[in-house]
Amino acid sequence: MHIEIDDITRSYGAAVALHPVRLAIPSGALVALLGPSGSGKTTLLRLLAGLDFPDAGRVLFDGRDATGLAVQDRRAGFVFQSYALFRHMTVFDNIAYGLRARPRRDRPAPAEIARRVGRLLDLIQLPDIGGRYPSQLSGGQRQRVALARALAIEPRMLLLDEPFGALDARVRKELRAGLRRIHDETGLTTVFVTHDQDEAMALADVVVVMSMGRIEQVGRPQDLRARPATDFVREFLSA
Amino acid sequence: MHDTAPTRRHSATDEPRPARLTLIILTVGLLALLLFAPLATVFAGALAEGLSGLRAALAEPDARAAIRLTLWVAAISLPLNAVFGLAAAWAITKFDFRGKAVLITLIDLPFSVSPVVAGLCLVLLYGSHGALGHWAVAQGVPIVFALPGIVLATLFVTFPFVARELIPVMTEQGRAEEEAALTLGAGGWRVLRTVTLPNIRWALLYGVLLCNARAMGEFGAVAVVSGRIRGETATLPIAIEMLYNEYLSTAAFALAAVLALLALVTLAVKTLLEWRFADQLAATLRR
Repeated sequence: MHIEIDDITRSYGAAVALHPVRLAIPSGALVALLGPSGSGKTTLLRLLAGLDFPDAGRVLFDGRDATGLAVQDRRAGFVFQSYALFRHMTVFDNIAYGLRARPRRDRPAPAEIARRVGRLLDLIQLPDIGGRYPSQLSGGQRQRVALARALAIEPRMLLLDEPFGALDARVRKELRAGLRRIHDETGLTTVFVTHDQDEAMALADVVVVMSMGRIEQVGRPQDLRARPATDFVREFLSA
Repeated sequence: MHDTAPTRRHSATDEPRPARLTLIILTVGLLALLLFAPLATVFAGALAEGLSGLRAALAEPDARAAIRLTLWVAAISLPLNAVFGLAAAWAITKFDFRGKAVLITLIDLPFSVSPVVAGLCLVLLYGSHGALGHWAVAQGVPIVFALPGIVLATLFVTFPFVARELIPVMTEQGRAEEEAALTLGAGGWRVLRTVTLPNIRWALLYGVLLCNARAMGEFGAVAVVSGRIRGETATLPIAIEMLYNEYLSTAAFALAAVLALLALVTLAVKTLLEWRFADQLAATLRR
């Protein structure tokens, strides 16, 4: 799905989180929002998900105004920084949650839900953990379950907030490849937030560099390296 | 070279044996003096005239009325305070608003205000000379010296328990799981039913059990608003005090034993649930 962000602003009291921001994300792209903490990247992601709403400006999904669309109706698969798995539910129930939450007429039958959950567990290459609780999983496994849960709702886009933040370096590399593979298989427009420039450069098709609530530069990784538009981008990428 | 071997310890935080023993003896001794001895005395006093004496004391219509009233008051107060406490904890932990600190302090107010003072305030406000009470009496529903007054006093005294148990748990858990449920398409009620309530059910249960213990045992506030009408507005603690003052110690101890037994049942229920659902309890506490 094509996403267009049209002069969005957001403040919390006196603190400005986003100055007017303008950005177009082409359908099927894998995009990184890169910047230091406080740069507004997570705010932008939450505005896309409908977990927060802009003070002014519009969000367009496939050319249609989605600014006021409720979070439930956006069908945005969201992976939270700490994964936010439902701790009192098994992995199976976690992944099935979105399907069971559908209105009765759109809700798949239990057998169909089981089949889809099984397919998602295969997709994240953890076919045998359906009966476990989140507390019995490693960090990397939790992240993959969170991804499967987000994919279960057949989302129109995939949004990830620091998806690799809490993991050690080896698992991080592995999961990066996993996300790339899942993105390529599903073809979903994917936006992830990170403060790690290596990660953004290695994984994304397009990198959006942000600072102090503004977009500094948008471009392909090699273009950003070759032609940084501002001093901030040059310094941030060389850090 | 050392000539004495150092004391072997299992971990750095292990205390030496004498210190451990002292602490254990101190705790057990204190418990025996303050808890076990009085409990044993209550049951011994209740059985002073044998089982038949106990049976006769509990067969008194006034005693029955006191037991019934206490159970009623608890049965009405618990669900109300569970809902109030949940609403207060929800507002405080899930939203940011002006005056939040004031609200948190106000929730604790019943802990710091003497129950007698609270009871007096209720009498002034809802008594037949009070503004609201005058109206209520005119409608034929007297509040003070009747069941509504006793329930109000109990609600006031037990209000903090549920909210106090819930606030730290809900603060610690944050909003992420609720947000996740929303992005998966769940509406507000479904989120409450499938995510919020299951995550706080243990804290909620503890709060309700504490609330229950306090509701059945409350004396001060209820003593003021109930008017102590024997067989009508005397709850268990009040009936016990009245009987004791009239030197009917067997009858007093019989009711005291009932009250203590109710508290012990509450404790047993809590322990049973903890034991039965130990796995789930661990799963909700660990991350």
